[in-house]
Amino acid sequence: MTHQSSLAAPAGCRDAPVLKQRGQHEVFCGLTGIIWLHRKMQDAFFLVVGSRTCAHLLQSAAGVMIFAEPRFGTAILEETDLAGLADAQDELEREVDRLLARRSDIRQLFLVGSCPSEVIKLDLSRAAERLSARHAPKVRVLNYSGSGIETTFTEGEDACLASMVPALPETRDRQLMLVGALPDVVEDQALDLLQKLGIDRVTVLPARTANKEVAVGPETVFALTQPFLGATHSALERRGARHIPAPFPFGEEGTTRWLSAVAHEFGVDKERFESVTDAPRARARRAVAKATETLNGKSVFLFPDSQLEIPLARFLTRECGMTAVEIGAPYIHKSVVGPDMDLLSQGPTISEGQDVDLQLDRCRAAQPDLTVCGLGLANPLEAEGLATKWAIELVFTPVHFYEQAGDLAGLFSRPLHRRQLLMKSEDIGDPATPGAIPDPAPASGGRS
Amino acid sequence: MKLSVWTYEGPPHVGALRVATAMKGLHYVLHAPQGDTYADLLFTMIERRNHRPPVTYTTFQARDLGSDTANLFRTACQEAHARFQPEAMIVGASCTAELIQDDPGGMAETMGLPIPVIPLELPSYQRKENYGADETFFQIVRALARPVARTGPITCNLIGPTALGFRHRDDITEVTALLSDLGVEVNVTAPYGATPGDLKRLGAAHFNVLMYPETGEAACRWMERELGQPFTRTVPIGVGATRDFAAEVAKLTGLEATLDTSRLRQPWYSASVDSTYLTGKRVFIFGAGTQVAAAARIARDEMGFEVVGMGCYNREMARPIRALARDYGVEALISDDYLDVEARIEELAPELILGTQMERHTAKRLGIPCAVISAPVHVQDFPARYSPQMGIEGANVIFDTWVHPLVMGLEEHLLAMFREDFEFHDAAGASHHGHKATPRPESAGRTTPASGPSDPEPAPAADGAATWLEEAERELRKVPFFVRGKARRNTETFAAERGLSQISIDTLYEAKSHYAR
Repeated sequence: MTHQSSLAAPAGCRDAPVLKQRGQHEVFCGLTGIIWLHRKMQDAFFLVVGSRTCAHLLQSAAGVMIFAEPRFGTAILEETDLAGLADAQDELEREVDRLLARRSDIRQLFLVGSCPSEVIKLDLSRAAERLSARHAPKVRVLNYSGSGIETTFTEGEDACLASMVPALPETRDRQLMLVGALPDVVEDQALDLLQKLGIDRVTVLPARTANKEVAVGPETVFALTQPFLGATHSALERRGARHIPAPFPFGEEGTTRWLSAVAHEFGVDKERFESVTDAPRARARRAVAKATETLNGKSVFLFPDSQLEIPLARFLTRECGMTAVEIGAPYIHKSVVGPDMDLLSQGPTISEGQDVDLQLDRCRAAQPDLTVCGLGLANPLEAEGLATKWAIELVFTPVHFYEQAGDLAGLFSRPLHRRQLLMKSEDIGDPATPGAIPDPAPASGGRS
Repeated sequence: MKLSVWTYEGPPHVGALRVATAMKGLHYVLHAPQGDTYADLLFTMIERRNHRPPVTYTTFQARDLGSDTANLFRTACQEAHARFQPEAMIVGASCTAELIQDDPGGMAETMGLPIPVIPLELPSYQRKENYGADETFFQIVRALARPVARTGPITCNLIGPTALGFRHRDDITEVTALLSDLGVEVNVTAPYGATPGDLKRLGAAHFNVLMYPETGEAACRWMERELGQPFTRTVPIGVGATRDFAAEVAKLTGLEATLDTSRLRQPWYSASVDSTYLTGKRVFIFGAGTQVAAAARIARDEMGFEVVGMGCYNREMARPIRALARDYGVEALISDDYLDVEARIEELAPELILGTQMERHTAKRLGIPCAVISAPVHVQDFPARYSPQMGIEGANVIFDTWVHPLVMGLEEHLLAMFREDFEFHDAAGASHHGHKATPRPESAGRTTPASGPSDPEPAPAADGAATWLEEAERELRKVPFFVRGKARRNTETFAAERGLSQISIDTLYEAKSHYAR
């Protein structure tokens, strides 16, 4: 294939009108990003300054991880903290001192703002500065906001990475920076492909540990591996780095186009590109083909969740033969997902933001074959007879690049396959109804 | 500020959500920022409800702060009313909205909606989930229940079961059957399954059954005062408590205390010789106060365990639990910090833990058998099968559940007799569930007793304490592993009190006889 030129597809939906609504958003706040960020950054601790609600959210979202001595916690604001702000700064310092004394493995501490801490205007950047001075050089303290009033779900990662960028050391080296937290196995595959293409100087943000020197400068070019990194994108540009626009590396085509954009930037010749990518491309195509039998010709409706919706819709429509009815995203950064929008054919409603009741009305009217939505909507929609795919799994499962293309398609085909397997049942009632259970012990006579 | 990783209870508005979701025909408009909808998935995923919780979140954002949030709230109320056509609404603020000081109650009042709109004041920075549920239900009852004529036949209300309650669904079924045997029909069960219209009929019942004090007591007290309805004080969890409950109902109604015990198997199971090995098993109990109190009675009087510690996380129950602990001769632990609970468990080294989801994980870490008796719980404790805690069937369920994680009697003997055997050794664990056989590592055992890789014990005593002689250490390893931690600590305390610098086999047995008393 030729580099870059194929990106300018004519019939894309970059300029399609966007349906913007507001109202109730059925989404997570940015604090949820901590769940995967703390797994990725092995010597970082995320300290949320928030309420009991924030702690309860993290606990609900983290599931069993909470029991494995996780590197995050919530400093829960109490009534006394709301009274005077100077006091809150001292309280925070005391909690941080205790935390760092107990956890000597911590090298980076993120103070994470929440709705309550933002509303009472607790100055976490000042707290971070003071604490950084106090615990330097061993621990660096940064701050960002993961509050629901400012961030939606994956934007928490964006805010976190963007907070790291101004603190990165300066370099004048020509280098490629991969931006976005990927599962280790996926990151290794990406680095391996880039190395085979002859691109050697590659750094990753976020690095697995703070000791890994990640630097940035005017000779840095960066490629995003996640579409929700708008603020990090801007922060890197402010440091003089240049973005390589590309579709996101989902599926065979997305991965090839992403790699191709990077290869073009580094002057990799066509032969080398093909010799490196031909075999994994063929593998990915074969793997996707299996899931496609179930997905081909089916319609899909995507509720807003993670900003992965546009690139995923591109993969589902172009590589899996699906038709998109509506593609909802919490935010649409055209400078980031523009190349994916160029590849999406016109037709589906593109929506930004949400009024969940109106969106549910549209979804019910469309009766899509598959609905991609959050956990709060999935079971209720299943009970109405719609097949659903939980969106959160797309963030927690390795789905990027060639080797995961089949798994990615499989995530969407599995719910449809399952519906085929289970007999259509008249017995699906409300599990929460008492008395629906027959006598537990009919053998012993039961009761009248 | 208090650093926290795990919380036993959510914020109070989650309690209000539990009441709203339990009911039908009621809608909750919650002034809250984006993201607070996470609570929906507790109901759709953990409880696997097939509908969205009846809640509208106003979803205000940073750019709305200032003037616009009040408007957002009004619009949300109007739209929720138009769309869902509820019989009544409750309105309130989440923790963030509490800080911006819009007044949901006041605003809703001025809107002139044609249905009752009940304002909630839930102090998010002082109180928690159970309080939220109790207070919300109380406010709804206060707003809707009115004195009405009593029903002809003797009826009662079941008060307290909510959405996301531990086994509430099946307890309702079981208690309804229990009352039916006693000749009492149920007037209204609330909040679970009730509509606002049903709550208007609460006063028709002759008395109330307070199933769960944590979530129904305020409403019961109000109904006692305003509607003249007495309420039951006994929670029928366990055989003894179920009998007491029947007697209490008989006293309230003048009916005879008849119990159909044809399906009651727990007492015979507990009396059968196979259960002899349960005698004196040391058990630690933690959870919500009501469940802890019930479990303690069952443990001691119906299973023959020794209760070595108990506690609860909800301060509202601190007083009764402290009093109960005194009766049992143990110290109560009132704490919502799971690290405190873990420390107490380590100190007491029980053979069985009865607790919440959190204690299940603590138990797993410490290698101690555990059964769940109280919320918070995970999805597996909202089972498909019939599994009440209350009444006759509840007693059967509890027997199975508690005995299940323990090593069976025969297995225990095998472990003791063949502890040097390649299959029955310490590292093989205390449970026969979820583990494959772990062969004893070659290097561990006789020659390197103190620090073999299979040794799960704490390192030898810290500086200043007595050191273990090798033969004493070896002898200690012959003590069954589930009491070895305690034996080690007792011996070390014994040695320290006597200023001994070394622990020999004699010291070990001196200590044993000293503590045996």
